[in-house]
Amino acid sequence: MADTVLYPERELKVVGTQPVRPDGVPKVTGLAQYGADFTLPGMLWGRILRSPHAHARIRAINTKKAEALPGVKAVITAADLPEQKFDYVGPERVAINFWHMTRNILAREKVLYEGHALAAVAATSKSIAEEALKLIEVDYEVLPHVIDVDEAMQPDAPLLFEDMITRGVQPPPTKPSNVSKRIEFKLGDVDKGFAAADEIVEASYKTKPVHQGYIEPHACLARFDTDGQAEVWSSSQGHFVVRTFTSRLVGMKVGDLRCHAAEIGGAFGGKTVVYVEPIAVVLSKKSGHPVKIMMSREEVFKASGPTSGASMTIKLGVMRDGRIVAAEGIFKYQAGAFPTSPVMNGCMCSFAPYDIANVRTIGYDVVCNRPKTVAYRAPGSPISAFAAESTMDLAARRIGMDPIEFRLKNIARPGSQTVWGAKLAHAGFAETLHALQKHPGYKAPLGKNQGRGVAAGYWFNGGGESSATVHVNEDGTVVVAEGSPDIGGSRASIALMAAETLGIPYENVRPIVADTNSVGYTQATGGSRVTYATGMTVINACNKVIDEMCVRAAKLWKVERADVIWEDGHARPAGKRAGEFEPLSFKAIAAKRTATGGPITASAAMNAEGQAPGFSAQFCDVEVDPDTGYVKILRYVAAQDVGRAIHPGYCEGQIHGGVVQGIGWALNEEYIYDRNGRMENPGFLDYRIPVASDVPMIEAIMVEVPNPNHPYGVKGVAEANIVPPTATIANAVHSATGLRLTDLPMSPPKVLAALDSARKR
Amino acid sequence: MSAMRYERPGTLEAAVALLSGATGAARVLAGGTDLLVQMRTGRIEPQLLVDCKDIPEMTAIVADDGGFRFGAATPCMALVEHEAFTKACPGVIDGVKLIGSIQVKGRASVGGNVCNASPAADSVPALIAAGAVATIIGPGGRRETRVENIATGPGKTSLARDEILVSLLVPRKPPHSADAYLRFTPRTEMDIAVVSAGVNLTLDRDGVCRKARVSLGAVAERALLVSEAGAALIGTTVDEAALEKLAAAAAAACKPIDDKRGTKAYRIKVAGVLARRAAQIALDRARKVN
Ligand SMILES: Cc1cc2nc3c(=O)[nH]c(=O)nc-3n(C[C@H](O)[C@H](O)[C@H](O)COP(=O)(O)OP(=O)(O)OC[C@H]3O[C@@H](n4cnc5c(N)ncnc54)[C@H](O)[C@@H]3O)c2cc1C
Repeated sequence: MADTVLYPERELKVVGTQPVRPDGVPKVTGLAQYGADFTLPGMLWGRILRSPHAHARIRAINTKKAEALPGVKAVITAADLPEQKFDYVGPERVAINFWHMTRNILAREKVLYEGHALAAVAATSKSIAEEALKLIEVDYEVLPHVIDVDEAMQPDAPLLFEDMITRGVQPPPTKPSNVSKRIEFKLGDVDKGFAAADEIVEASYKTKPVHQGYIEPHACLARFDTDGQAEVWSSSQGHFVVRTFTSRLVGMKVGDLRCHAAEIGGAFGGKTVVYVEPIAVVLSKKSGHPVKIMMSREEVFKASGPTSGASMTIKLGVMRDGRIVAAEGIFKYQAGAFPTSPVMNGCMCSFAPYDIANVRTIGYDVVCNRPKTVAYRAPGSPISAFAAESTMDLAARRIGMDPIEFRLKNIARPGSQTVWGAKLAHAGFAETLHALQKHPGYKAPLGKNQGRGVAAGYWFNGGGESSATVHVNEDGTVVVAEGSPDIGGSRASIALMAAETLGIPYENVRPIVADTNSVGYTQATGGSRVTYATGMTVINACNKVIDEMCVRAAKLWKVERADVIWEDGHARPAGKRAGEFEPLSFKAIAAKRTATGGPITASAAMNAEGQAPGFSAQFCDVEVDPDTGYVKILRYVAAQDVGRAIHPGYCEGQIHGGVVQGIGWALNEEYIYDRNGRMENPGFLDYRIPVASDVPMIEAIMVEVPNPNHPYGVKGVAEANIVPPTATIANAVHSATGLRLTDLPMSPPKVLAALDSARKR
Repeated sequence: MSAMRYERPGTLEAAVALLSGATGAARVLAGGTDLLVQMRTGRIEPQLLVDCKDIPEMTAIVADDGGFRFGAATPCMALVEHEAFTKACPGVIDGVKLIGSIQVKGRASVGGNVCNASPAADSVPALIAAGAVATIIGPGGRRETRVENIATGPGKTSLARDEILVSLLVPRKPPHSADAYLRFTPRTEMDIAVVSAGVNLTLDRDGVCRKARVSLGAVAERALLVSEAGAALIGTTVDEAALEKLAAAAAAACKPIDDKRGTKAYRIKVAGVLARRAAQIALDRARKVN
């Protein structure tokens, strides 16, 4: 059940209603086309050969026997992809190194994790392709491997890259290590802060890498023509990203590659990179046939990105009145087999909800023999929040203060200084905490073995580049072509905002996700940016359409453009001509298209700024079975500042989704490796994401503190909700058992072991 | 992948003949919820599948001398929806209900659960506790054996390659008897038992336990019949001390492995907990029936 806190400031007719999503019917009837649903005449099946070893040098690959198998049309290895320059490019938070990326697509010198791709075949059937993989001979020199982050940082750890010198350390270390980078943020003087504190609380934590767990495995279809033009259909959060990465990795011009966004069966950040697309393109080029590749679930687990596991230490200095005077965090994040974990985000977000004068956060980006990490919902923030918000709970206990009161006492407000230099520009955090505090459940009595926990979380939210074109049809309906793959109902929200702006019914707007040749550049769907940035772009295009509609009305009335205004979906004569003519509806003007100048269409493109951060505060009640260690979630309440709920049902859905994923992260999800670094649980049976009966009805409280920078007040809503759950649950377990669990997941064996050792004491 | 033959005989004799005559790997197919999954992952590649869902005796549920006999290929949902069966064998139904989702249970059979020989199979401990008897047919005719004698290890049974499990008999219970089954899984559904326990007990008119059978799942290479655990209850009113003894006996009988689903120490400890909780449920049920 949703409870909405309103900050009304403008009357809206369409925004805030909950119509059926434009993509709803095809999805429930099965006609929607996902990544694996595309076929072309003459199509071949691609399969990928993957390393059985966690770490090995590739001495030789022999593909002769595979090539000779009847039905095999192409076999490729890394030798079929151009070498890339070693260079970190792009903004530091999300820096990319194509030298690494191409090695993740197909291994070169070494395989760095079990499941690492190193060759691929295209054949006339899946079973022939499968058979051909068995005929590829690889000569491996198996090397010692390292899975755990603390072990990977040991001086004698096996090195993934024998020449990797830690960046961000002055003077640079002389010896190579698995630490790709060190970063540090500082605000004020932490040492002074701690010296002045009444109480100091310190604790260390560990989390495991967790997979995004999307239901739809990666899949694509590629065709490469003899004229050098290629086309790709794939399951992705960003078909423009697919185009950028694939063209670069394959070595072709951007303009020669056209990418289509399929319907998507979940992604959560995991489909912001490419795995199968460049391989399919090269196989298609080599074979002269279209090639389809579908990953299996096992491949998804072993070779596509989870987010980082981490080892962390937090220290807080607090005054007895509840003020936090110093905060320090050390965050060691696993990047997986190649550099760049979201540790920088972790360093930035961990204390961002609070106004603390003295803060220092230090991050380490560490490689190890597991799949390369990829974005996962608020990348980096839930990890550091587990440590920071668990320690916040310890601090509140130490001084005997209610955990919401404690957070309110320190909450960041507009003007508060962040550790990375910017000042918080938006309200909403305190309002969200107040809304949570007012929930009747917060004061409800608890039973035996039950406990209640609270935590909060921050996420930047994104703006960025988007493009859109609005086409007006002759019957007054419109097509909105935009470039953001829809992973969370964005077509519905965009259609709502377009309808509101144009003054026409929602049903008259047909939003589509256009391919890369049919709409301008648009960044990937991620960072909770689409409803904000693409939404604003569409609104801008709609405003241009309105202007054009007024021009057309002026023509029909033979008046000046300045004498026409747009009101309630109608052009009206105004100023000196006010009242002279009957208002013309959107539909009426659309019908006169040919006579008034031809097609009515408008495009907009922008690099949207002014996004507002996301904030969520949550509490939950748990019951811990003292004999089995099983943690049952009895109640879960999640408050989030949603700016304005454009489609309330989908905002609520985002809150539910983030919380459920957080519950899985907290209680059961982990990769289990054997002694050889092979994953033992690459399936949903033993990689335990929650099922519906594992979670109670999640009570979403949508707090609406509009973002003044957006015409309809939008803030991103998709990510802040996954930040608090792990600590919320750990804090509730503490309240139920008196024990602080610092190691995720809090699976039954771990909880029981903690209870047993406490009982022995 | 080589070609595979699929047969759907209408009689037991025809089914046995197909299996006896098979040259390559042959498998009986009931619901396929284990078999097809194993074929898809490439774990097994049978050349002959003998689907036995058309054999009437293998899908029938009949009352038998106060007990119930049901065909080995009867879908679990047919048992769950059979009122008299659920009333007579609540513990067996506890186990059957846990097998997969409703959709999975629409296909999955208890015979398949038994013959798949997973140490964690959910219907098995309750069947063992209930003293269920299996009827098996082969080229030499029919034979009978207790369910605990079927699985010999993970994925292995005592059935010859041309034998078929035809039906299972859950014998009539004396008055004041009841059974119960519990499993522990980290998730509430769609999970595999880390530990499980089935308990079947009979009280006399004074509430003293006269018979008790306790079976544990997932704590050894096959489901165990733990006579010491049953003995701990016999002659008692199933009081706190008896339950304590039962839990200790259950834990002592475990020979688990450390694996991705649980540690040895955890399984041993929780086996005792579950045996005790299942006994408590069986006791409450037995007190309610006359
Ligand atoms: C999503 C899912 C969830 C599941 N959850 C559970 C669970 O919670 N608990 C659980 O215990 N199991 C679970 N299973 C496993 C499976 O559903 C059960 O073991 C089921 O009872 C198997 O029955 P079946 O009829 O489908 O067997 P099949 O797959 O048809 O056969 C299984 C094996 O037994 C053999 N066999 C079958 N019938 C006979 C016979 N009459 N004579 C001789 N051999 C025979 C087959 O040759 C095969 O080797 C689950 C499976 C799935 C797919």
